[in-house]
Amino acid sequence: MFTIARIPPAPTFERGSSPEAPVRMDAMDVDGDDLGEGTSLGARRTIVSPGEVITSSKEYMRGHGTYVEDDNVVSAVAGTLERVNKLISVKALQSRYTPEVGDLVIGRIVEVGAQRWRVEANARQDAVLMLSSVNLPGGVQRRKVESDALKMREFLAEGDLLVAEVQAFFQDGAMSLHTRSLKYGKLRNGLLLELPPRLVRRLKSHFYHLPPPAGPVGVDVILGLNGYVWVSLGTRQDDREGGEGFDAEGVYRNDNDEIDPESRQAIIDVANVIKAFAAHGVPLADTLIAEGYQWLRDQALVPGVPLAAADGERMVRELALSE
Amino acid sequence: MSRLEILNLAGLRHDNRRPYELRSLALSLSPSPTADGSAQVTQGLTTVQASVFGPREPRQRAAAAHDKASVVVEVGVVPWAQGQGGSRSRGDKRLLEIGAAIRQTFEPVILTHLYPRSEITVQVQVLAADGGILPTAINAVTLALIDAGISMLDYVTAVSVGLHLKQAMLDLSAPEESDLPTLVVAALPESGRVTLAQMETRLHVDRFEEMLRLGVAACSVLKEEMEAAVKQRTTRVVERMAISAKGAAKDD
Repeated sequence: MFTIARIPPAPTFERGSSPEAPVRMDAMDVDGDDLGEGTSLGARRTIVSPGEVITSSKEYMRGHGTYVEDDNVVSAVAGTLERVNKLISVKALQSRYTPEVGDLVIGRIVEVGAQRWRVEANARQDAVLMLSSVNLPGGVQRRKVESDALKMREFLAEGDLLVAEVQAFFQDGAMSLHTRSLKYGKLRNGLLLELPPRLVRRLKSHFYHLPPPAGPVGVDVILGLNGYVWVSLGTRQDDREGGEGFDAEGVYRNDNDEIDPESRQAIIDVANVIKAFAAHGVPLADTLIAEGYQWLRDQALVPGVPLAAADGERMVRELALSE
Repeated sequence: MSRLEILNLAGLRHDNRRPYELRSLALSLSPSPTADGSAQVTQGLTTVQASVFGPREPRQRAAAAHDKASVVVEVGVVPWAQGQGGSRSRGDKRLLEIGAAIRQTFEPVILTHLYPRSEITVQVQVLAADGGILPTAINAVTLALIDAGISMLDYVTAVSVGLHLKQAMLDLSAPEESDLPTLVVAALPESGRVTLAQMETRLHVDRFEEMLRLGVAACSVLKEEMEAAVKQRTTRVVERMAISAKGAAKDD
């Protein structure tokens, strides 16, 4: 029989309040091993901090956020304990973005190199965007020639923001990005928000369009999984999907479109809503942003002005913490 | 008054503490929104804020190690921290020394091999100085690293220990620090390992062991406080994430 070195603290919130996690734990527990009465690690989520002995390493395997010392699995970070069968890991509350292939990220060019750009994307190392993984003007399927390599700074220069997808990883763990889709590319007409990455969950779509009551042409929101969020002037349906009349040549333009004052206010309001949710540690979802913006309009607050702390709190309480 | 009375007839110190009594402790996590992790620690009248950036791409490519993260510590003192003048610039020798001590304390404790080719930058800002800058800074850096989600072996806590005649005293304030031989102890309280023991003055060897033991015991007391603060905050954030997971489920 195994022993658990310390009794886990009493759960600090009711199990029922989090429908997702405990259920997932049970579903993962495929071999259904009986972990004894009430002491099962998977049955409740516990909070541990560095140096805390979790259990014996003879019975369990150590996962992320733990290390082994003297036959014990010990936590290395402060966060929630997670168990999948015999694998014990601790998920840190807050950490830098850990990329996965297929993730949508927003980054900023920091260096133009030989055949590649270096992109700062809130991860442990700068990402790399190869010249061969971008769409260049004049046709999607076009060979990259030497003259393209010489003109790289004309496409993307230092400081430019772009939205891209994680394509692969290099040997050293740095991520390689690609923008080979009409959805991806250089960003203009908007503003960037930097949030803790944990607040952006994986969603069905990370491109979100708030339709016209939010400004004359609507507002676009791109939720980068690395915590960078781009709020910009709404685009036409065709442009978003690269349909008829798509301006392929304009992809690398450096200037903003004409943005009228109403649109500017709408963009800033949406950004303020997102900031208010982030300040209260509420994860973002597309519907939540729309509800937040609607709430802002219903309150008849002055548009384009940052939310007062009390207003932000009221919004979070009414929308995210209700029922 | 000609000279400070270290211990009065009642056995109390100049701020009415007993010899083994620590100063009041206040901890706050994540005071700085721009850093990856930050903490502010107030011990008595000493306040230190630490901000952690990283692990991130090294600012100087040459500083990168291919198999582990490098730790960079910068220490600054705000001009108004010390009361009557004596402002220190960034290049000050004493500050560099404090920075080096902090780096040496944390390098073996952070699991740097998990973050190859990256850099962890720690910025320490002394907001109010009344003795014990180094131990307070170490406590603040520990909390900031935990707040940034960086893997560590254990908490590192630190305290200063002084010696008056034959009486050891904990957590010295500035007037005491200038009069007494001082030992700074930083320890991993769970295992009792000492990562830093620093002295600038001479001390009788017979007293040293007692002071070290006392320091380690005080470190575990500090750890209890810090752990409580970390757990409280973690619990609060987890609750928030869980509550809004419910909101997201509603949307589907």
